[in-house]
Amino acid sequence: MSKIQAVFERLQARGRKALIPFITAGDPAPELTVPLLHTLVQAGADIIELGVPFSDPMADGPTIQRASERALAKGVSLRHVLGMVANFRADDNETPIVLMGYANPIESMGLEAFAAASFDAGVDGVLVVDYPPEEAVEFAQTLHRHALDPIFLLAPTSSEARMTQVGALASGYIYYVSLKGVTGSAALDVAAVAARIPEIRARTGVPVGVGFGIRDAATAAAVAELADAVVIGSRIIEEIEQSPSDKVCVNVGTLVDAIRRAMDAAVSRGQA
Amino acid sequence: MTQPDYDLPDATGHFGQYGGVFVAETLIGALDELKEAYAAAQRDPQFVAEFDYDLRHYVGRPSPLYHARRWSEVLGGAQIYLKREDLNHTGAHKINNCIGQAMLARRMHKPRVIAETGAGQHGVATATVAARYGMECVVYMGSEDIRRQAANVYRMKLLGATVVPVESGSRTLKDALNEAMRDWVTNVSNTFYIIGTVAGPHPYPMMVRDFQSVIGREAIAQMQEQCGRQPDAVIACVGGGSNAMGIFHPYIPVAGVRLIGVEAAGEGIATGRHAASLTAGRPGVLHGNRTYLLQDQDGQIIETHSISAGLDYPGVGPEHAWLKDSGRAEYVGVSDSEALQAFHDLCRLEGIIPALESSHALAYASRLAPTLPQDRILLVNLSGRGDKDMHTVAEKSGITF
Repeated sequence: MSKIQAVFERLQARGRKALIPFITAGDPAPELTVPLLHTLVQAGADIIELGVPFSDPMADGPTIQRASERALAKGVSLRHVLGMVANFRADDNETPIVLMGYANPIESMGLEAFAAASFDAGVDGVLVVDYPPEEAVEFAQTLHRHALDPIFLLAPTSSEARMTQVGALASGYIYYVSLKGVTGSAALDVAAVAARIPEIRARTGVPVGVGFGIRDAATAAAVAELADAVVIGSRIIEEIEQSPSDKVCVNVGTLVDAIRRAMDAAVSRGQA
Repeated sequence: MTQPDYDLPDATGHFGQYGGVFVAETLIGALDELKEAYAAAQRDPQFVAEFDYDLRHYVGRPSPLYHARRWSEVLGGAQIYLKREDLNHTGAHKINNCIGQAMLARRMHKPRVIAETGAGQHGVATATVAARYGMECVVYMGSEDIRRQAANVYRMKLLGATVVPVESGSRTLKDALNEAMRDWVTNVSNTFYIIGTVAGPHPYPMMVRDFQSVIGREAIAQMQEQCGRQPDAVIACVGGGSNAMGIFHPYIPVAGVRLIGVEAAGEGIATGRHAASLTAGRPGVLHGNRTYLLQDQDGQIIETHSISAGLDYPGVGPEHAWLKDSGRAEYVGVSDSEALQAFHDLCRLEGIIPALESSHALAYASRLAPTLPQDRILLVNLSGRGDKDMHTVAEKSGITF
């Protein structure tokens, strides 16, 4: 069983939902990434999505694009990101890490070399934003051979046939993009999400995380009642952006902790 | 070498290993919708007839095929013929494709069109057709390009378009493309993205090529009529590669015709300051397709340089990547200074002011012509006129208006 799958089973047994924060590796500075990962875990993260900086992040909004630019300005490459994961693993062998990024830096390294290096570093899953399932069959097989979970996106516009197609390749979880737009866009529509989650679950058989447009604890709590996981990214990046470097960890920890509490409260209210 | 049964891309949009659909899931629905609408339009005789009508009466096609007799004499070798896309309405080949896509947008009931632009030619062409069809038009343009192409920015505004400056990355064409994609994914229900070149996710490379192929079809008929035969080589500049694909495509199955794409070698390939992705790049994934890219060793896209904003792009259409690997087309580089020389030569000897983009193709023709006997024929796609480049050329010559 993969570490990601184990997390979801453990949470389900305890009646909790997964919190998946996103940060960009190397933002605001390479030396802060590992401390930030530990901070996220202490604040209640169950899985962490770690963004691999890319020069042309087409599917991201301005916030995550700026994070990418800050990291690239400090020379952070995919190899550095893998080194950061390995460093994190020295003190945390439990929390799954999912790399999230774009195809080109990975293809530049080579699929096989990337998968092997990711496994060695302690990566658990990989989400390549610009690899839809039809272009990712070989990639998904390569990841599976190295015991890594390929994570895929589904969108409000995805047909039932595509849900099935994604379900055939995906493991770990599926990331449901809750609105039309780029990361960090306007608030999501909870009712619309509620209608889609059961359809996705029925056709894929893996847990469903929801992200894009979750900007506060209240929305995170509402989504936690519907989905298996809540993904929150741009809001955290904004906190990083606005904090002086000696306050980055404290401020991000406070933000994520509040989201964790709101999610848990909502889920236990729902069960009561 | 001939390929009589050339039939690419395949059903999934691939040209061999190139092309494809490398976009986030959020865009897949829109691309599927576009594929279906385009396939239906191609089968609809009314759509085809209207497209032909507009090309004839609005664009002014067919564009002339012109024997540059004086220039050929001065060069002292092969005869150079120019396909005069510079005489099209709006001054470049870009309008051919914009009419096709705007007609498609109307068919799909999308009242808003968006576009990215580098030199501004595609932006102007999009703003033009949007004005004619009564559509809202938003054009994304890198702030560096806005500075270089002030006249075209004003033209777009006159035509009623909103020009949005893009401040991210290198502030040029690739960043404008990123921004237009973001707009599209956000406003997909009422917005049609008119991509200006043969790049992007399937079906764009195929669709833009199809709309531009009128250039090559006309050229084949005109060469036959004027010379009784086809040229020895067809030469076109390549940034994203739409004018080159437009003239190359009908020639792919024609035996004995060399296809030569000319990339921007900027200050020289060795300096690293260029935009020659096929000559100096390697395959990768950007902007929805797999193709040759200028990238660093970590797979980050690098900033490009060319005197012509329209060639200043780190990728290239995937069909060009396929044509290069298959050997059917050759790709060469021409520097800023060689392009400028050809620009001045054509002004002085033929009374034609070419676009700096097209000047790259002209420069290669002027390099090749003297090496060939006088009965050989070179066909150059003169893809656009140079009025927009007055400022850049004057600046290079130390002149201020």
